[in-house]
Amino acid sequence: MSSILPYVPADEGAPLLSGEDATHTINFGPQHPAAHGVLRLILELKGEVVERADPHIGLLHRGTEKLIEYKTYIQALPYMDRLDYVSPMCMEHSFAIATERLLGIEGEVPERGKWLRTLFAELTRVLNHLLNVTTYALDCGAITPALWGFEQREKLLEFYEAAGGSHYHVNYFRPGGVAKDIPPETMARIGDWMRQFPAFLDDLEGLLTDNRIFKQRTVDIGVMTAEQAIAWGFSGPCLRASGCAWDLRKSQPYDMYDRVEFDVPVGVQGDCYDRYLVRMMEMRQSLRIIEQCLNAIRPGPVKIADNKITPPSRSDMKRSMESLIHHFKLYTEGYHVPEGSTYAATEAPKGEFGIYMVADGTNKPYRCKIRAPGYAHLQAMEVLSKGHMLADAVAIIGSLDIVFGEIDR
Amino acid sequence: MAEDIIEAPAPNPLLGLGESIMAAAAGAVTAVSLARGGAELVLHADRTRWAPLHGLLRDGFAFEQLMDLCGTDFPARAERFEVVTNLLSLSLNRRVRVICTTDGDQPVPSLSALWPVAVWYERECWDMYGVVFAGLADMRRLLTDYGFEGHPLRKDFPLTGHVELRYDEARKQVVYEPVQLAQDFRNFDFMSPWEAMTTLPGDEKVHLIREERAKIERAEPAKPELPR
Repeated sequence: MSSILPYVPADEGAPLLSGEDATHTINFGPQHPAAHGVLRLILELKGEVVERADPHIGLLHRGTEKLIEYKTYIQALPYMDRLDYVSPMCMEHSFAIATERLLGIEGEVPERGKWLRTLFAELTRVLNHLLNVTTYALDCGAITPALWGFEQREKLLEFYEAAGGSHYHVNYFRPGGVAKDIPPETMARIGDWMRQFPAFLDDLEGLLTDNRIFKQRTVDIGVMTAEQAIAWGFSGPCLRASGCAWDLRKSQPYDMYDRVEFDVPVGVQGDCYDRYLVRMMEMRQSLRIIEQCLNAIRPGPVKIADNKITPPSRSDMKRSMESLIHHFKLYTEGYHVPEGSTYAATEAPKGEFGIYMVADGTNKPYRCKIRAPGYAHLQAMEVLSKGHMLADAVAIIGSLDIVFGEIDR
Repeated sequence: MAEDIIEAPAPNPLLGLGESIMAAAAGAVTAVSLARGGAELVLHADRTRWAPLHGLLRDGFAFEQLMDLCGTDFPARAERFEVVTNLLSLSLNRRVRVICTTDGDQPVPSLSALWPVAVWYERECWDMYGVVFAGLADMRRLLTDYGFEGHPLRKDFPLTGHVELRYDEARKQVVYEPVQLAQDFRNFDFMSPWEAMTTLPGDEKVHLIREERAKIERAEPAKPELPR
């Protein structure tokens, strides 16, 4: 931490504050295991009660938006994986949809491609919630959920690997569909996983939901009313925990979400405990969607056939001159996106993940603003934690599902 | 769509909404347009009445949530920066985008009194573009380093930045130095001859002759035509 701020020796002669007026300021992070990344939170404490919480973000700022302006649309997509690295495919989703809309090919994406995107978006939601709920429990003193949860996460990451060849940076959702079809046995494996997962969820809930210590740490902590949550730009589980039944998958459906049935769990109190409950229930709803996806997927193309936008297959490339040219042009120049602008939002596991994209007719985005849900959530840290104890600040950070990849961009 | 010429196409409800907002805003909205083939409503706003317009949108048209506020840089324009908000109505399930323009000096009224979430968005916009927000109490940089100079998302700010930092073993601290790249940053021009230009340098004459011939063949009054 000394590299962030110069060391200032304490003034020897200053009178020591005591009693009611004594507040002291501490640096929470940027290297703190409960900060969920590189959060430098400046906490002003009166005794052990938080008076002021000032999050300093940007320690993981990599200039993604600037970099994207210098990359073709194809090259820019992998940056999305690196935003919220806990739910990579959902980050790609908004970018792919925004690009499709600007290209005007949104309606041409083949059904199988859309089903695969829906399926993997839901697997990603489980992946994200698993990490959040279990590490959140870890912040509140329970270590077992994290140990169990990571086993399940590992299984899910194997599906990622089957689809995109990598555990995290999969680069799988592409404008026009998905990168490639999944191996044939993957569907059965996802089905097997899906059938054993509810038992795990029951175990996890058995550990936490009625756990006295966990409830003492979370119930009535960090309460957000619906009005406050709306004013603070909350979305996703954090908004729903405050009692707003709002889910982009229902209200502004994209891909195949209008063809699947699921419920939107809504909280009552808007406290840390409700945010936990909403995520637990969402995982069960995701399982419902996954099951429907598995039943509905039919063989077929997974991306649009236009080789000006999606690459030709490797085997074509070896035999057809035209495919070779397409491949070369696509990976050097990319495609030119017609002039226009769009704001494409999807329901990422953490909330509304939006891409405001301005295209100027060249092969690179003119502007690509990334609207990350966690950014708005973290900003409310002060109102959420004021008057609570220091240890509650940790529970609040955990309940907001903070990932710095997307906040700092 | 262009196919149904017989029946008059139904007016886009978004456009109707835009016009009613324009009427209610009494001059604060200078233009209404639709983006992405009529799927998104865009309002162009008068900068000086930026905050009241958003108040009207929030309270009068039920756009309860400020989802996003960001800047965009168009260096060729007189007022080079666009400040863009994307609002969401939870109750009526619709979105609107509001845009105003400014240069580096003219402040944009802050929306932080309407939505507390605006503070970080405006701080980020200041940080990235140098757009000043009037009435924003907390105008600190947000995402860039402590002591950073410049506004990195401006189009004239180089991608590589101006300074790089490393740990200096001798001085036992992190030091900032001017960026030194072993290879210059390469930015290829992809407005390539395949799509945008059919006349290669040195090959202009062939095209001129071809055009002349086409003119004679058509036997039309000479029309100035751009060489393509």
